[in-house]
Amino acid sequence: MHAKPKLSRMPCRRWWIAFALALLPLFAEADDVQPTPDTLTWTVPFGVGGGTDVWARFMSHWMAQSLPSHPAIVIDNVPGGGSITGTNLFYTRAQPNGEEMLVTSASTQFPAMLQDPRVRFDYDEWTPIIAAPTGGVVYVQPRFGKETGEILDNLREEPTKFAMQTPTGLEMPVMLAFDMLGLAVEPVFGMRSRGEGRLAFERGEAGVDFQTTSAYFSSVTPLVESGQAVPLFSLGVMNEEGVIVRDPAFPDLPTFSELYLAQPGASRDDVAYEVFHKFFASGYALQKLLLVPKQVDAKLLARYRAGAKALTTNADFLAAARRQVGPYEPVVGEVAARQLASAMELSDARRQWVVDWLKDRYGVRVVTR
Amino acid sequence: MIDALVASLGEVFRASHLVYMGLGVMIGLLVGIIPGLGGIAGMALLLPFLYGMEPGLALGMLMGMVAVIPTGDTFTSVLMGIPGSSASQATVMDGFPLAKKGQAARALASAFLSSLCGGVIGAIVLTGFILVARPLVLAFSSAELFVLTLLGLAMVAVLSGDSLFKGMAACGLGLLAGAIGTAPATGEFRLNLGVEYLFDGIPLIVVGLAIFALPEIVDLLIRRGSIAREQTSLGHGWRQGIRDVVDNRGLVAKCAGMGSLIGTIPGLAGSVVDWLTYAFASKTAKGEKHFGQGDIRGVIAPESANNACACGAMVPTLLFGVPGSGTAAIFLGGLLLLGLEPGVSMITTHLDLTYTIIWSLALANILGAALCLMLARPVSQLTRIPFVLLAPVITTLILFAAFQATRSLGDWYTLVAVGAIGLLFKQAGWSRPAFLIGFVLAPGAETYFYQSVQFHGMAAFLRPGVIIILGLIALAFSLPLIKRLFQRRQQPLAVGADVNRQTADTPVPTFGKIDLVLVVGMLALAAAAWYDVSGMSMIGGIFPMLAIAIMAIGALLAGAQAWKGQATWVSQPIGQPLTWLGGLLALVVVASLLGFISTAFLMTLGFIRFVAKARWSAALLIAIGIGVFLLGMQALLNLHYPMGWLDAMLF
Repeated sequence: MHAKPKLSRMPCRRWWIAFALALLPLFAEADDVQPTPDTLTWTVPFGVGGGTDVWARFMSHWMAQSLPSHPAIVIDNVPGGGSITGTNLFYTRAQPNGEEMLVTSASTQFPAMLQDPRVRFDYDEWTPIIAAPTGGVVYVQPRFGKETGEILDNLREEPTKFAMQTPTGLEMPVMLAFDMLGLAVEPVFGMRSRGEGRLAFERGEAGVDFQTTSAYFSSVTPLVESGQAVPLFSLGVMNEEGVIVRDPAFPDLPTFSELYLAQPGASRDDVAYEVFHKFFASGYALQKLLLVPKQVDAKLLARYRAGAKALTTNADFLAAARRQVGPYEPVVGEVAARQLASAMELSDARRQWVVDWLKDRYGVRVVTR
Repeated sequence: MIDALVASLGEVFRASHLVYMGLGVMIGLLVGIIPGLGGIAGMALLLPFLYGMEPGLALGMLMGMVAVIPTGDTFTSVLMGIPGSSASQATVMDGFPLAKKGQAARALASAFLSSLCGGVIGAIVLTGFILVARPLVLAFSSAELFVLTLLGLAMVAVLSGDSLFKGMAACGLGLLAGAIGTAPATGEFRLNLGVEYLFDGIPLIVVGLAIFALPEIVDLLIRRGSIAREQTSLGHGWRQGIRDVVDNRGLVAKCAGMGSLIGTIPGLAGSVVDWLTYAFASKTAKGEKHFGQGDIRGVIAPESANNACACGAMVPTLLFGVPGSGTAAIFLGGLLLLGLEPGVSMITTHLDLTYTIIWSLALANILGAALCLMLARPVSQLTRIPFVLLAPVITTLILFAAFQATRSLGDWYTLVAVGAIGLLFKQAGWSRPAFLIGFVLAPGAETYFYQSVQFHGMAAFLRPGVIIILGLIALAFSLPLIKRLFQRRQQPLAVGADVNRQTADTPVPTFGKIDLVLVVGMLALAAAAWYDVSGMSMIGGIFPMLAIAIMAIGALLAGAQAWKGQATWVSQPIGQPLTWLGGLLALVVVASLLGFISTAFLMTLGFIRFVAKARWSAALLIAIGIGVFLLGMQALLNLHYPMGWLDAMLF
């Protein structure tokens, strides 16, 4: 077996970037107003038909309409390694000419924060154009009770299962939430999608389950109405001050933060809560991201962001987006960039805390760089 | 239900719906015929138009494409021995030997007609079944899924060929290869030698190509001549194929029924159903059997099952939003994009839409199979062309297909490495399907076992569903034994005790140079792999250890059998095959340096001119054809090829 050829191309990347950087001022001088490219290529590091792919295709339709020149947008799916493969490839190959963009999700953000050894990309090199937040709801089998307090007490007493994909995937903050509430919930890994997790719940194998907002409305609401599931708490949404508040999609449901902070001795400064907050911010408040390399021409970037901004006031788009991701307003431009930078920044001590927590509590060994 | 059915049939036969569906069928056939592309490429073509379309029409187009993908890939499976997708791997087993016998048209005609019947039967079953399927899908917990993977693994015993021990070792090796990557339970990396490509495991399509297609190519190159060794009238073959399906209508119905029901179980579906039905056919077939050497029933069974399975896979997709197969996953994405949410509403408020989907599927199956049936006769002429002329084209096609797996050069090197195993297996008569089944079922076996123990503890194996399936496995194994017992009891009365007959029936195990290499190699690999996983946690390492044990014990027993003198020593030439494989390795290295397009062009030109000794003009024509194909695909489907320095300069 030969060594991974991509590795041998590594030094090349720096040359390419240097080369592109050297060319950049040339372009800027030659053409003050760089035209919007006719074709934009969006790299989607997930397979066709998955949640992120569907969001990307949905967004590509509206972004193309919103940009004045109506460019053609090509979706390039590069699945593998839970999105790490395609993102690595984009990081090494993409040129900052404004034609190439990247769509990522929580499962791209989390490994980067945890410094997974496979990750060779760096979010610092990119800047967001638009981000889509999402919320989510935890629900339980009706045998645990009807009232929040009653359910929590029962879940502390009676051990039950939660069907998850991977220890460090989208559900990690949820698992952390269970632990912080002192619930006797044990994870079972290896589900291939959140849908499979829900299937395990419907079969009665899992006592608790979690779905993001759009999936909750389509698949769990019928269960709740027929008395086969009881909603317990939502993850909430992040307001502009970075505080987690009630989810507008579930105004009557308490958030995890409310339940946690109501416990004696719990505060927002607890390490566990800070870790939860970080992963919530990068995995839910900014779940889907459309990114471009930072060195992209500033005027071009401004034009892209203006296109995205225009969408936030477009009633047709908002109505369509409500069906796709729920009633959440997309975050655009500088605001998204600021939130992303703060969310992705996880100190070494906090990272070590996560690694130790996974190992001591669940026997899961996470390798970091 | 009747109202919804009538309304949906009206929708299905609406002119605009038919036009869009026809378009979908065309695209589906195009991407289905080219190996390695499949539904993902088809989706890439369709999706840009989907958003904003009227849901009924968009669904028709989508269904047209989804339905015919398992149909189109039969061409390369039968004609060239290239399994275009995981659904057509069992078809290769007998389809390609039939092509070698000069009966390609017969095999293709049978395959397409069975596909057609399978698709229609699947749709009929589904129309009623989807209304009551919910509890059944929910009845299959991880424990039932685990025993079903066991049932799949038990097929190894049927497909092992001459030596059960060699089959067991091959299956163990497959299980071990399937365990490469990440432990599902703990997320630990294992068996990846630090090579980043292996962190994600080996892609199935690469293994399929390497284990089936490569050894056949090498074999044909050595033997010279054309794929079809015997010249028969093609027209006769075509009609014969149709007649074969009619004669085996019972088999078609059974396999289609099995396919549609197994398809409804999320998580297994396509990967096992063709092997299960293949094994079923080879076990239950009456009369003379030539399975593996070109038995038409070996084509009919998996082909009737896989289109029916595609219908069945709609059940979990529509009812639970959990796709039952790769294509269904893509279909699900299309549904979401159209603003349709799968769930219970699909059989209550949206039942008409569900029926539109099911019957579009049936109609598209008919349309696609009919088109393929017409194409079958002319296309099977390919098997008459001297193989040296085809070899560079097929090689390019295989490299093209393999590279679409993850778009990494690792795909090519894995192809060559696994190809070497396939080559040795073929030369020494070790079961290649056993390896593939082990590989395909490894992740399922491990994940479902771990999950069922986590969810239910040991009670998992006392669930009624589990006991029923285990009973079926036991029955499948004991039936031939019971039969033999009965026969033996009758024999002394009828023909008198005939001891020699029994031994003549079971073929004598053979052993040779390559067997020795394989046995020693597997034992060495077992030691190395054991060392690699020994540092892992208990739940992360137990499965690879089990695979290692199966492989090592199988290899040891096969070796011991030879040692004790029960096997006859045979000579197994290996020099020439390995030379050709070395040539492929060289080609891959050159292609990664120069670039795929220019290398494919130069290789074709040189090969056809100097090895096949054709005229320059012919060589140039074929080489240009290959270049145009690769460039066209790149432009049409936004594909990428390895860009060496020459390609980077030229294109």
